[in-house]
Amino acid sequence: MARFIIRRLIAMVFVMFAVSVLTFLIFNVIPNGDPAARMAGKNSTPQQIEAIRRDWGFDDPLYKQYFTTMKKVFTGDLLSYANRENVVDRIKDGAPRTFVLAIGAAFIWFISGVALGLFSAVKAGKVSDRVVTVLSLIGISMPVFWLGALMNYYLGYKLGLFPNGGYVTIADGGVFDWFYHLIMPWTALSVLFIGVYSRVVRSSVLDTINDDYVRTARAKGIGERRVMRNHVLRNSLIPVITLWGLDFGAVLGGGAILTETVFDIQGVGQYFQESITRLDVPPVLAVTLFGSFFIVLFNAIVDIVYAALDPRIRLS
Amino acid sequence: MTDKPLLDVEHLRVGFRTEEGVVQAVDDVTFQLHAGEVLAIVGESGSGKSVSALTLMGLTPKENAIFEGIARVGDIDVLTAREEQLRRLRGEEVAMIFQDPMTSLNPVQRIGAQIVEQILAHRDIPSAEAYDQTVELLERVGIPRARERIQSYPHEFSGGMRQRVMIAMALSCDPSVLIADEPTTALDVTIQAQILEVIKELRERTDAGVVLVTHDLGVVADIADRILVMYAGRVVEQGTLDEIFYDPQHPYTWGLLGSIARVDRPRPERLPSIPGMPPSLHDRPTGCHFRPRCRHEFAQCTQTPSLEARNPDSPAHTDRCWLSVEEKRAKREIAAGQIGLEAKGAIA
Repeated sequence: MARFIIRRLIAMVFVMFAVSVLTFLIFNVIPNGDPAARMAGKNSTPQQIEAIRRDWGFDDPLYKQYFTTMKKVFTGDLLSYANRENVVDRIKDGAPRTFVLAIGAAFIWFISGVALGLFSAVKAGKVSDRVVTVLSLIGISMPVFWLGALMNYYLGYKLGLFPNGGYVTIADGGVFDWFYHLIMPWTALSVLFIGVYSRVVRSSVLDTINDDYVRTARAKGIGERRVMRNHVLRNSLIPVITLWGLDFGAVLGGGAILTETVFDIQGVGQYFQESITRLDVPPVLAVTLFGSFFIVLFNAIVDIVYAALDPRIRLS
Repeated sequence: MTDKPLLDVEHLRVGFRTEEGVVQAVDDVTFQLHAGEVLAIVGESGSGKSVSALTLMGLTPKENAIFEGIARVGDIDVLTAREEQLRRLRGEEVAMIFQDPMTSLNPVQRIGAQIVEQILAHRDIPSAEAYDQTVELLERVGIPRARERIQSYPHEFSGGMRQRVMIAMALSCDPSVLIADEPTTALDVTIQAQILEVIKELRERTDAGVVLVTHDLGVVADIADRILVMYAGRVVEQGTLDEIFYDPQHPYTWGLLGSIARVDRPRPERLPSIPGMPPSLHDRPTGCHFRPRCRHEFAQCTQTPSLEARNPDSPAHTDRCWLSVEEKRAKREIAAGQIGLEAKGAIA
């Protein structure tokens, strides 16, 4: 176990190094990528651009620029090229919002997805199963920016049932207002996942339900509910929990870019989106590292949980 | 033997609705099982033997099934019983051992917990006591260091050990009927013999009745009292072990006996086999289902022969073949030594 964790930590360093190098290189080869020109503005002289280039170190060799930038990421001195804000501070501000969005949505989609999938598997082939199937396919097919915009327009603007986007901290508006503002973002982010998870749970349960040991469980004379809970669900949720860990990690790391942007959450994902449109390398690099940290971390957690859930798996 | 049978199956028919029409998996099967008796149900794949066994547990998938007849366990007809009645019956009155011990245990639950779960479903006792009983059961079926092994997971056991666990589980509530559906098919021969030993010992100790579903006549010769030979959903011959092995009446039974490999006799170039394939259950031949594969077919075979005793000397020995007893004796051409039980252990 200790060896496993150490190996994963080493792997994590390598992954994040590779991700940062790739991100850095991509922004150096894309057209219009010269940050000095953009920072100098439209009506700038070549001398001004040259001055900025010298001040910010853009004339250094690429590897040197990379190491300077990376050093700043870890010392917390990294500044945005676009507005000279401190990038690490911005991520620190946005992270709690992103976490709240991710944690809430992840619970909603896991519980609803499992419930719907289980229901649909038990009713397999019947009308109610078909209804759930169609609903999940609709959920999967709706792009979150479109769904979010519709929710904002109809539920927020037209009917006034919910606030029209925005994020209110508990300190500012109290628990109720905080929660009230999160209902629509949580829902919008969950819909796609609920659709996917109910499909996955349904097929996993249907696979398990015909397994020999489920027949054995029935032959033991235990009640049908117990058979479902201890034997069918227990086994069919193992792959679903794996999937959930990975998705949750991605959303925690700022993966819910569209949801954050549509509802103006001002979290890490939205910061990422804004930075990309400005071709602002430092925040893009920092958020990418932030996101890949969570993805790699949750990969390792998923492996550990998987081994705990299934005794046949050994961490080695 | 008591008068009241443990199992009483009368004219049991089980069909499944499919897109190609109703498939009659079990067609008019009648038998009884008494305490202390081992009844073997023998037949090829698809002969309806496993479906018959599952039906006795009320475990046949119900959605598309059509049941007719009676299948009584004690006083309860499993075909009409409510789910709660069936639940109490399963594990407590009738217990089952399945074919493949590698897949029949829950891979993520400890061995002990799986047996305890069954005991607690039927007995109102503290779980510590159920664990003690489980240890005893595992010791009884020959698992060493049972006290430690109850903490193991199935994948830590070999196939033979897992089948012992299955048997221990089946025995946990002292069932009066044990149904073993090909319990040794997935195991190698030495383990097979050990498992059969365990089943025999159980029968002697508890006086339970055993239904042994198998296609292995070697196993049958070793353990059975009475034999039911099934073909394409029907019982084609029924009799005691001696009757079937010394005086088989149905040409299908001749074929089965003829195709046994015996280690105590010179081996033929090729083992004789029954020509042809078992019929598809969608499209069974009219009359005797074995007709297309039978070398002795004649005009009357297009009518279905009833299952009856045709030899006045052995009234309990029934078969479904139109040939007279004399004709059968004359036509039965099984190589010398293939019939009989002189060397019980020599059938491999």
